Amino acid sequence: MKKLCLTKLNDFFAAVAAKQALYLPVNNKVGKAEFKKWESGVEMSKALNTLRSAKDFFFPQTENLMEFKMEGKSIEVIDTREECEDFVVFGVRACDAASFAILDSVYLVDPVDSYYKSRREHGTVVTMACGKPAETCFCGTFGIDAADPAGDVTAWEVEGAYMLRANTEKGEALLASVADLLEEGCEKAVEEAQAKTRAIMAKLPLAGLKLDGVGAGKTKELFDRPEWKTLSESCLGCGTCTFVCPTCQCYDVRDFDSGNGIKRFRCWDSCMYSDFTLMAHGNSRNSQVERFRQRFMHKLVYYPDRNNGTFGCVGCGRCLARCPISMNIVKVAKTLGGKK
Amino acid sequence: MQEMMKNRAYALLENGTVDRVLGWTRGEFAYDMTPAVFRSADEVKKGFVYNDFCAANLSKYLVKECRAGGKILVFLKPCDTYSFNQLLAEHRIKREMIYVVGIECFGKADVEKVKEMGFEGITGITAKDGVYTVSTIYGDKAIKPADVMAERCLACKSKKHVVYDELIGNEGEVVEDCNRFDMVAKLEAMTPDERYEFWRGELSRCIRCNACRNVCPACTCEQCIFDNPNSGVSQKAAVNSFEENMFHIIRAFHVAGRCTDCGECSRVCPQHIPLHLLNRKFIKDVNTFYGDYQAGENPEAKPPLGKYEKNDIEPGEAGGAKE
Repeated sequence: MKKLCLTKLNDFFAAVAAKQALYLPVNNKVGKAEFKKWESGVEMSKALNTLRSAKDFFFPQTENLMEFKMEGKSIEVIDTREECEDFVVFGVRACDAASFAILDSVYLVDPVDSYYKSRREHGTVVTMACGKPAETCFCGTFGIDAADPAGDVTAWEVEGAYMLRANTEKGEALLASVADLLEEGCEKAVEEAQAKTRAIMAKLPLAGLKLDGVGAGKTKELFDRPEWKTLSESCLGCGTCTFVCPTCQCYDVRDFDSGNGIKRFRCWDSCMYSDFTLMAHGNSRNSQVERFRQRFMHKLVYYPDRNNGTFGCVGCGRCLARCPISMNIVKVAKTLGGKK
Repeated sequence: MQEMMKNRAYALLENGTVDRVLGWTRGEFAYDMTPAVFRSADEVKKGFVYNDFCAANLSKYLVKECRAGGKILVFLKPCDTYSFNQLLAEHRIKREMIYVVGIECFGKADVEKVKEMGFEGITGITAKDGVYTVSTIYGDKAIKPADVMAERCLACKSKKHVVYDELIGNEGEVVEDCNRFDMVAKLEAMTPDERYEFWRGELSRCIRCNACRNVCPACTCEQCIFDNPNSGVSQKAAVNSFEENMFHIIRAFHVAGRCTDCGECSRVCPQHIPLHLLNRKFIKDVNTFYGDYQAGENPEAKPPLGKYEKNDIEPGEAGGAKE
């Protein structure tokens, strides 16, 4: 355990940023936290979490895959992959850190997604334990401890300092690179901070939320439940929930006609959209109720089916806070039989 | 208010005037009510909720509901009734299939503003005697509704219902001095470069979730061009971020003269982009060049951009960007 006095925080950021790109939550123009590159004078946000998740670092909303240039009858194929440089993401919360494991289970299995893998290998994640979780938080339902997040390094805010614990080789290398700014840490201070956070989590309205009614093996039981119709009735079919979600992993590959060639790019897709999984024969899900059901069945049943019961949700609460009609995974799970 | 609404819903369901009710159902917290259809008095009794956080404009749901047949009761706030009339004028809904209960509105609350005041771990919000009591796991505190009123309500254009079959509460008046064009005037006073920077900055946050379009009562195309895979304009994030900007500008052009300024686009934007300002610029220009016009005020009125008159302003006469 190491200790970083907050008086040295800027020196710490500067030392890290001198060696590799450093990203951290910063308040934007409208006062909401988003991950921004650190530079001198940038202040870290005090918000509980960023509006968008941290998945962007490994699975960006849009990325160029390749280009085709046409001249006369010749077509040139250009590899547009950029060599990913080392970077550090500071201040990731426990929920988002857990989401990386879910993304890994999709992108790092055969066939490995080389674009994703490269970013994962070059990224060092410094997580920050939560001090004051919100009423929309329910990471505990998925066995995630807001007071002890994963990541290469875990940080806890204590009186006047951050306590830092390296969890991986990458994390140890990061702390070693700034060793002159660190002091010996104190386990007891961390334990006290953790106890406070856990006590708050226990008092929140979604504490103890159990998802007994959903999970692996329940496709037949849940697929034709009549409640899907009422749950999805006022869904706007927008992509807000999918785009703020740290575990939504679907993408589309599109071509952009640049006039004298094609830019082939990959971008986030949303199962809420009418052209999601559109194929030559048409679409397999023509109504919003089917699209809505797909999203929640994926997270609560299909993903657990293929991953030893692990849910495809980390309880970050972003969809609870952002859905324009306030429909969300908690309401769905409870309606389908989750107990409190 | 909630009890009066529930009582009318029971009565109208029971006497057969309507066979279902469009309202709001309870949420997990005090502020996350979901629009819902109730099909029986029992469903209304169990789930119907109405409070200051029930902000959604329910009029657009009527497009879908009218196709389902039967007769539906809808609760509309004054601003929602303008959207309703506009949908009628555009033949998107059928008047005879809908029973409109107008509800008096004192302005809606925005939970984001409550949270911005520093409230964390909210377990309840109750309204009594003109005060909200916010309960959190750290204790209770009273706040003034005015301090957390939704942005759009601070510039409310009308407390008057332009259409209803019956009314709950009192009828209000059109608000003449609502100052809703103040920010548009500020943007107009900017240099083109400043204005370009302002919009590029705001629109750069767009994540193309389409919530603004999908919630908009003026956006009722059977298939939006941005959803048509054969249109050549992908609805999804593109390699060129300027495309996101164009999406909003094209949409604003498409709803020009039809947008009633209900403010749903900005309310639902997860990135807090002030999209209503694009629409208000068009409304202001229509007022200036074609005479005062409020979309939805009168469903029989000829829309200024949908008719031709010999003395219509010529292209170029309006003046270009301020250099």
